[in-house]
Parts: sequence; structure tokens; C-alpha cells
Amino acid sequence: MNRKLSAAARREENWGWIMVAPTIIGLGVLNIWPFIQTIYTSFCEHLGFGRYKFIGLGNYAEMLGNTEFWKATWNTIFFCILTVPVGVALALFVAILLNAKVKFKGGFRTLFFLPLVCAPAAVAMVWRWIFNGEYGILNQMLGQNIQWITNPRTAVIAVAIVSIWSSVGYDAVLLLAGLQNIPKTLYEANSIDGAGKIRQFFTITLPMVSPTMFSVLIMRLMASMKIYDLIYMMADETNPALTDMQSLMYLFYRSSFVAGERGYGSAIVVWTVGLILLVTLIQFWGQKKWVTYDI
Amino acid sequence: MKSMDSLHRSYAMAKFLTYFFLILGALIMVFPFAWMILTSSKTVAESLAVDPVVIFPAKWMLDNFKEAVASLPFGHLYWNTTLMVFFRVICAVLFSSMAGYAFAKLHFRGKNLLFGVVLIQMSLPSQIFIIPQYQMVAKMGMANTIFALVFPGLVSAFGVFFLRQTYMSIPDEVGEAAYLDGCNQWQTFYKVMFPLTGTSVAALTIFTAVFAYGDLMWPLVVNSDLKMMTLSSGLSTLKGQFTTNFPVLMAGSLLAMLPMIVLYLIFQRQFVEGIAGTGGK
Repeated sequence: MNRKLSAAARREENWGWIMVAPTIIGLGVLNIWPFIQTIYTSFCEHLGFGRYKFIGLGNYAEMLGNTEFWKATWNTIFFCILTVPVGVALALFVAILLNAKVKFKGGFRTLFFLPLVCAPAAVAMVWRWIFNGEYGILNQMLGQNIQWITNPRTAVIAVAIVSIWSSVGYDAVLLLAGLQNIPKTLYEANSIDGAGKIRQFFTITLPMVSPTMFSVLIMRLMASMKIYDLIYMMADETNPALTDMQSLMYLFYRSSFVAGERGYGSAIVVWTVGLILLVTLIQFWGQKKWVTYDI
Repeated sequence: MKSMDSLHRSYAMAKFLTYFFLILGALIMVFPFAWMILTSSKTVAESLAVDPVVIFPAKWMLDNFKEAVASLPFGHLYWNTTLMVFFRVICAVLFSSMAGYAFAKLHFRGKNLLFGVVLIQMSLPSQIFIIPQYQMVAKMGMANTIFALVFPGLVSAFGVFFLRQTYMSIPDEVGEAAYLDGCNQWQTFYKVMFPLTGTSVAALTIFTAVFAYGDLMWPLVVNSDLKMMTLSSGLSTLKGQFTTNFPVLMAGSLLAMLPMIVLYLIFQRQFVEGIAGTGGK
């Protein structure tokens, strides 16, 4: 670039560089370099004490041939299938309720939002107790004897329930903002036509809120793909259902920091990020079919 | 046309159903908290009673809290968590405000490329950075320190992105007026523009604090010494110690949750707007 800069423009440019410098240096050291390192490490074997030996695709080969890894991939996807559609649908339902003329609206909102400010570790601890097979209150109320957390068939479902419980208020608040942006006149015009509430929901509410819903879906999907903390708290190393509930990020943690196989762990995290990218792209591609941007 | 009578009836029905589901939802949200509080005051025998279930403890007592504090250095955990949150918030607000302002208002070469770096970091899950970040901290000999807890939060790409939007919404004329009055770029930023971003800075503060407080993987990885843990990671060690003593586990959970819940109840509106308004991550 050979453009001559005036003195003032040059001063402005210097200030620009100075002011972004801490952030850019920080991101370089804390994120960009580690990102490159993680990708490189995924082709290496960890020899201990941070020393590595290049082994090519060895970790990936080991990973793809490992049933525990495929199980974790499936568990993660299954967890997303459980939490994303159900969670967002419930959140939309709550948002619609909160959008109605009700008393104590603020109080309800405060309650639904409460889990957001609680550490997931503490939330999961409470739910572990509620789900406890022998003494948990849930089984007492249902009159059942379900081993929620230790039975391979219910373990992921139990974690999904906790996850939905934790996030429904947050998603609802976001969707509520979307609902409040719908012009009232649309409904008024529509009700003169004599359209029922249910038809109104499908012809006005849903299309009008679909852009907000799309961003909530994407966000929830990304968060669910990364699920780790709830599973860390609810699964123990001695849990017989451990491999049936562990997610990719939990497997990453165990491989890298419990077993110390950082090369293998890096391969898992690279795979997970690739998978997140893939499902996000699919969502963006699929949105054309149902998200309405122009009314 | 429906008759007035049936309209009234369907309106009353809708109202009833709305309240019904809201109250049902509220009960489901409150129940785990209520059960935690009730259990935290029970004896082990009371908590394990099945037929019938004991709902209220015979005597409200603090023994379980004493036992939780005896097994976990809660004083240290509160202090470490406070310091971690404090430094992360300071760094996020300070560096993100500077960069957000520069990206929104200043012209400099390489701006788009550098902002691209911010966007890339934002869209990648933090776990992909963890192993190298941990190795850096370990190499510096800084594991088991407050610095280690703060480390990944020294800069916040999300904060930059968020505050850039805030600065973009301030008209250029505001900065130009200050500039013509003889302020240099730094003074324009610091004296004129930054004070206008109060709401957004509050939102970023709350968002950063809640996220740092809830984070589990990084503190577990980097600080293995119990006295250097955060509330989250410290609490997670309790589940191995007391596998069946649920009253103590619930007392510990309550102690870990309490500070943020109290802050939340005081600053409700700011919390909801802060976390939801930032659009999350």
C-alpha cells in the first residue's frame, strides 16, 4: 500500500495499533499459537513432561479404531438430539407464557433464569442426589426404582434433563426478546380475519421469531456439543455406565489429563471441533428452509 | 362469529392455562434448590429415609455446613474465586474496551485481518487451547497460583466483539467533537467514549464473572492443590469424599452457590440483561 498518510491519519493509525496490541498479543499467545500447537500435537505421541515425538496419523488411527471413542461421539450427538430440539421448544413455550399478560412476570423470569448463575458443578451435585437410585426423591415421587445415573440406558437422558433445566430460562429470555419485537398490529389484523390462536402461532409467531430461534438453536447446539462439566460431576470413574454417558469433551479431559496421553487427547479435541463446525454448517445450510428474514 | 359468552370462557381458560404452566414451571425450577436446602439440614438417617420420605428435618442445624467447611477449605475457595473473577473482569473490560474502540472508530492498516483473529478465537471452543495453555503455565512454574486461574481470561475476544458493537452505536460526531476540542485519540477514548459504555461494561462484567465462576475444566487442570482451587473445582472433589453423605454434599453445594445467587437477587435486572443481552457465547 503506497497511499501517503497525513500526520493526523498516521497518529490515528498508531493509536489503533497500540490500542489493539494487548488483545492481539494476548490472542496470539493464548489462542492462535495454542491452536496450532494442538493440531501439531494431535500428530505426536506425548513422551511425558511436555516432550513429543511426531508419529503422523497414529493418534487418529487409534482413535477411529476405538469403540470408546465412537461411543463418546454417539453420546455427544444423542445428547444434542435430546437437549437441542426439546430444550429450545420448551424455551419457546416458556417465552410465550412470559409474553402473555401475567402478574409477577419479573418474578417468574427471575426464577427461570436462576440456574444460569449457579455453577454447573453445584447444580450437577444437587441433581445427582435427586436422581439417586436408592434414596433419590425423584424415584420416591415416581414410585420407581430407576438407576438414572448408573444405568447405561438412562444416564445420558439424566444429564440431558439437568442440561435442559439449566438452560431453558436463558433461552426463553432470548426468545422473549424476539417475541416482543413482533409488531402487535400483525396480530390485530389477523384476529379480525377470525384466525384462531393456534393458527396465529403458526402463521405469525413462528415465522416472526424464527431468526431468534435460529441463533438460539446454534448457540445451544454448540454448547451441547461441548458438554463436559455436568458429566464430569455426574459420572464417576467407578460408574458402570461411564462409557455410555461420557461425551467427547469428557473423553478428551480423561485422555489428556487423567491418562496423560496429550497427543491422543489433541486428536479427540480436533475431531470434536471439526464435528461442531460440520453441524453448524449444516444448520446454516438448513436455515433457508425454515427461517424467515423478510416480512 | 363466536358469542361473547364463549369468547369470555376461552379467554378465562387461556389465562388459567398460562398461570398453570407458569406455576408448574416455577415449581420445577425451585424444587432442586428447595430440596438442597432441606437436605443440607438433615441428619444422614433422615436423608436416607425412604418409607416414608422425610421432607423436613426434625431440627434445623448447621452441623453439615461445619463438616463441609472442615473437609474443604471454603475460605480459600471463596478468596481464589473472587480474585480470579476480579482479575478476569478487569482484563476483559480494560483490554476489550481499548480494542473495541479501536476496531469501531479508528482507521489503521491490518484492521480487518486483526479483527478476523478475534472472530476466529470466538468461534472456537476453549478446549482446543487447553493443553498448550496448561503447558505454558506449567513451564512458567505458575501452576497452583491465582495467575494460572486468570491466564486464559487475560484477554477476551468475546468482550472485544461485544464492545466494538457498543462503540459502533455511538455516533462518530461525539468523538470528532472531542478531537476538535484538542483531545488526542487516547483522551477521546478514555474521557469521552468509555464513560458512555457503562451499560455494556456492566453486562460484560456480569457475563465474564458468571462464566469464570462456573468454569470447571481449566481450574481442575491447572490447580490441583486444594487450597488453590475455585468453588467449582473444589466442590467437585467433595463428591469423592462423601459418596453417600448427601446432607454434607448439599451443604457444600449451597455454600458454593450462595455468593452468586445473592448477587443475582440484588442485581436481577442487570444479570438477566447482562447475560442475555450479550447474546451469550
